[in-house]
Amino acid sequence: MIQIRNLSKVYPARSGDVRALDGVSFDIPQGSVYGIMGLSGAGKSTLVRCLNLLERPTGGEIIVGGHDLTRLSEKQLRSARQKIGMIFQHFNLLQSRTVAGNIAFPLEIAGMTADDIRARVAELLPLVGLEDKAGAYPSELSGGQKQRVGIARALALKPDVLLCDEATSALDPKTTRSILTLLRDINRSLGLTIVIITHEMHVIKDICTHVAVLHDSKCVENATVEEVFLSPKSQVAKEFVSGIFKADIPEELLRELESHSDSELVRVSFLGGSASEPMINGLIRSSDVQVSILFGSVDHVRSTLFGNLLLELRGTDEQRKRAHEYLLGQNLSVERVSYE
Amino acid sequence: MSDGYIASMLGLLTPAVLETLYMVAASAVMSYVIGLPLGILLVVSSKGHIMPAPWVERTLGTVINILRSAPFIVLMVALIPFTRMVIGTSIGTTAAVVPLVVAAAPFVARVVESSLKEIPHGVIEAAQSMGASPFQIIYKVLLPEAKSSLILGAAITIINVIGYTAMAGAVGGGGLGDLAIQYGYNRFRTDVMIITVAVLVIFVQAVQTLGTRLAVSAMHTKR
Ligand SMILES: Nc1ncnc2c1ncn2[C@@H]1O[C@H](COP(=O)(O)OP(=O)(O)O)[C@@H](O)[C@H]1O
Ligand SMILES: [Mg+2]
Repeated sequence: MIQIRNLSKVYPARSGDVRALDGVSFDIPQGSVYGIMGLSGAGKSTLVRCLNLLERPTGGEIIVGGHDLTRLSEKQLRSARQKIGMIFQHFNLLQSRTVAGNIAFPLEIAGMTADDIRARVAELLPLVGLEDKAGAYPSELSGGQKQRVGIARALALKPDVLLCDEATSALDPKTTRSILTLLRDINRSLGLTIVIITHEMHVIKDICTHVAVLHDSKCVENATVEEVFLSPKSQVAKEFVSGIFKADIPEELLRELESHSDSELVRVSFLGGSASEPMINGLIRSSDVQVSILFGSVDHVRSTLFGNLLLELRGTDEQRKRAHEYLLGQNLSVERVSYE
Repeated sequence: MSDGYIASMLGLLTPAVLETLYMVAASAVMSYVIGLPLGILLVVSSKGHIMPAPWVERTLGTVINILRSAPFIVLMVALIPFTRMVIGTSIGTTAAVVPLVVAAAPFVARVVESSLKEIPHGVIEAAQSMGASPFQIIYKVLLPEAKSSLILGAAITIINVIGYTAMAGAVGGGGLGDLAIQYGYNRFRTDVMIITVAVLVIFVQAVQTLGTRLAVSAMHTKR
């Protein structure tokens, strides 16, 4: 469990100080895959780099396993860092060492014997699927393979936490998927907490259990992924969520819809088993509105079904009010959408 | 060409070559002993590096710049009292090594600095994130990662020192440069001049070729 308490970070700059984090607080539960999402410049990298004190916070606390990292001596901090693995967007491998040598690096740092190092490296190579690449140099590897080396290296000292800063942003979609799958498997088999920074919503959707949304250096929302997808509270989160289930309605259609004075657009989301068909049947029967489905999608948020419908409801004010009551009564998330 | 001529030429060249080799080797080794740690210090004490200490970088940088801006011939003469203090005499081949080291060590510090600065910051951060100490970062990350660039830097340094040794005659250091001036210039022996220059060219060429080879074999990037 990592507790982030009132964390702030100010970068001094000649052109005025940059406040990269402003009173950020939330907890990262043990064994979770915690996504940190936000637009570019929101402070995500700063936050994750504060979690192992690569960046020293200006204020606040980071409590890992009961100890406030910011209060540790240099020496204590170094041993605490051995229990916090980190992987990077650009891998940051040692070019002068082979795959095995890179994985051995943290073990050497920790002062293990040559025999123990060899044994541990031999365990890690198959874990990341690089058994046949032990003697290769980073320059001979693909991006995905390099990140696998990064992951093996980060896991070498059996850390409790793995920090990932945009770990898949330099990779193609297929490789991204394989790396995400690997991370999820590691999370399940080793029970290790993973913190993932990303600006890509699908990364959150595919493997995270929780998500914190950063905006303008503040944490504007943090909850389970299901909660955030079903009922995003902040504007940024709403945009992220609607971005991934993008309802691309043609202009002409929207203009036509707008001319209907007795209609409105609503986005209905549901999570889990609820099927859309009986819901629409019930909607029509209980409220007498006319319903057109403009857009519909069903996707998975981790392994849960996540459905999204964009509906046009036509009818009198009274009928539409009844429609809303019905939908809310079905425990569905309903949001009115403006014509824009 | 008579055997007598070759013998006399060899008689002139051999001691000069040995003196040059001695001066180059001794001053190269000594200037790395001093310059390498200084170069490392310049890098690690710079802003945002593993042991930031701006005043160390600034003070050291200034001293290095002053030493590097003095022309070697001036430095050599100015250092005569210092040389006498260190080795007891200010004349001779060994005496010439002192100013050579004073001139080359700051050069080495800068060459090492620029090699170590080529290492991407992310790699250093990765090591920090694994709990590496500054000392571990220096000898397990900075030096091995910069190996091929450091080797090229050493070749450049040695070539530079070869150039400096040509002036060692001014303090009675002897060597090939001195031979060229004593015989080739003062006694109009153009043949000695030409052969001396040829030997120096071969030295420089050999150092550069060897340096490049070693640097390439130390490199593990695709070319
Ligand atoms: N080392 C630094 N010095 C000064 N400003 C920085 C530094 N690192 C980040 N910043 C600033 O802090 C803000 C947050 O940056 P960052 O944490 O990298 O955001 P993100 O990862 O979400 O894109 C940005 O305005 C950025 O310019
Ligand atoms: Mg970032």
